[in-house]
Amino acid sequence: MAEYEPWAASRAAEIIAAHAGQEGATLPILHAMQQTFGYVPAQAIPQIAEALNLTRAEVHGIVSFYHDFRPAPPGRHVLRLCRAEACQSLGADRVAAEVQARLDVDWHDTTGDGAVTLEPVFCLGLCAVGPSGMLDGKPLGRLDPARVEAALDAVR
Amino acid sequence: MTRVFISRDAASLALGADTVAAALAAAGSVELVRTGSRGTFWLEPMIEVETPAGRIAYGPIQPDAVPGLLSAGLLAGEAHRLRLGRPEELPFLAAQTRLTFARCGVTDPVSLDDYRRHGGLKGLTRAIEVGPAASIAAVTDAGLRGRGGAGFPTGIKWRTAAEARGARKFIVCNADEGDSGTFADRMLMEGDPYCLIEGMVIAGLAVGATKGWVYTRSEYSHAAATFEQALAHARLAGLLGADVMGSGFAFDIEQRIGAGAYICGEETSLLDSLEGRRGQVRAKPPLPAHKGLFGCPTVINNVITLASVPVILAEGAAHYRDIGMGRSRGTMPIQIAGNVRQGGLFEAGFGLTLGEIVEDIGGGTLTGRPIRAVQVGGPLGAYFPPALFDTPFDYEAFAARDGLIGHGGVVVFDDTVDLARQARFAMEFCAEESCGKCTPCRIGSVRGMEVIDSILAGDRVDANLALLRDLCETMKFGSLCALGGFIPYPVISALTHFPEDFRRASALAAD
Repeated sequence: MAEYEPWAASRAAEIIAAHAGQEGATLPILHAMQQTFGYVPAQAIPQIAEALNLTRAEVHGIVSFYHDFRPAPPGRHVLRLCRAEACQSLGADRVAAEVQARLDVDWHDTTGDGAVTLEPVFCLGLCAVGPSGMLDGKPLGRLDPARVEAALDAVR
Repeated sequence: MTRVFISRDAASLALGADTVAAALAAAGSVELVRTGSRGTFWLEPMIEVETPAGRIAYGPIQPDAVPGLLSAGLLAGEAHRLRLGRPEELPFLAAQTRLTFARCGVTDPVSLDDYRRHGGLKGLTRAIEVGPAASIAAVTDAGLRGRGGAGFPTGIKWRTAAEARGARKFIVCNADEGDSGTFADRMLMEGDPYCLIEGMVIAGLAVGATKGWVYTRSEYSHAAATFEQALAHARLAGLLGADVMGSGFAFDIEQRIGAGAYICGEETSLLDSLEGRRGQVRAKPPLPAHKGLFGCPTVINNVITLASVPVILAEGAAHYRDIGMGRSRGTMPIQIAGNVRQGGLFEAGFGLTLGEIVEDIGGGTLTGRPIRAVQVGGPLGAYFPPALFDTPFDYEAFAARDGLIGHGGVVVFDDTVDLARQARFAMEFCAEESCGKCTPCRIGSVRGMEVIDSILAGDRVDANLALLRDLCETMKFGSLCALGGFIPYPVISALTHFPEDFRRASALAAD
């Protein structure tokens, strides 16, 4: 599981300063924000806009365009399940429905105890070993509800 | 110490390769070498033991099988139920023509010495000797076409950028491999990253670019990490930097990570994303070769296109061109995926039929049920029924049957698949991933979902089917890029080849 820092404007300023000299710095900054805080805090948007000479609306437009950037911190573990065609062909929809029922969450939700956030993903390139997923960055193949449960038990 | 090779490809890890490696390491007297994957994923986790008779493979291996294997004489290559013999002799591998993937699964991906020992850098050495014009001529003569899906002749793209004037020029590598059913870029970057680096340096030298960018999708964290390691080694070894291999030519590469937007696999969206904006499609012209990244002349090529260049320079254009069929020259890494018994990467000359790929090579479905449909070319590719299994794997042959080979992904479905649902998914995916720039894609995909929902509910089925075909026409011819333009392929193919799936509700109502 990832350890995230609490929001701090000074920390965000450091991140921006570390990347601001790069060409096309927006995505590297946003990724660094999410790696640090677990999400892209709304408070960071004016700071990024100022540094990159963009409007706040433009930065918000960029953040919200990309699926990766979360508006709120995730749970202690992030489970991503593939929903794309190759995994569908082996019943990924059924696996996902079962996992959602067991965890009592919908996509992008976090379990009540804050342990697991469930995210959809459209292809991890594990299309020959589907249904596939990823738990805290670790790839998982040939998933069924029991294997998902076992993987979660191993980290919880 | 006996050398034992285990893949660290993400798909091998997904099946437990790390646990098997740990169990072997704990046993002692083993020198573990982590490689890329051979691409025989139904045999993973697979291990290969170095013996006087060559490498001997065993697989698939569950971690608890390791003690039994060791006592059976694994380290001497002895007999065992899981012994596969020499990997090169496995029918799936023996039948391939591995040019681009020759080293993948064989070498330690981050060892530059391994890369050199297995023929690496011969292409770049040759490119430096012959110079830019002859390098471009070799790529042109080889008949290499863009492996990302569009199939545009690579040599022409390079020549256009070489002739364009600009203070700076760039090589951009599209590693935003978002099509479901494809994993060749991922495997190459995890299993033989120097091959991509070498291809990019050759491209840079050929067109006069001094910087390369690799745009890797965020879902490929393992590929990104391996590639970053390889970049660091390449800089230290002088393969990248101010004086590439003593040639006097400067070239460096920077990797950037995408953020989960499928559309950024479209080349102009990718450029906008690299520049730090929303990944929105640009109208062409201007072509990226004239005015691309930051307004500079830019060659943008897929990973496999660039990784095919070293062998073309090393072995000569004819060596590559003599393989294949029609206007599709050389080899294609076909990725066999989905509900299939023997899934993996199969690099072969163009021309195999779809039936040979999914039935003979893939071995039919994993579930053991009959194949009902095969989607070729990712989410924008058509669904082919078994009646079209005689279609040869070739850009033009697939286009002639209203399909596309795309990036070479082949996804198998058994007879439980509902093609109306798959068509609905295609529209839903397009609605979710549309960049929003053009109306046919942005609005058409939402309307497409609604119309299919009406059909599935049995509401005015004939009129709505006609409307859906009409909508697909509009999207195909009115969209700015291949997302809205090609999403009709899966939808229309489902309608044409599997019409009964769209009439279930009306059939029920009639009963």
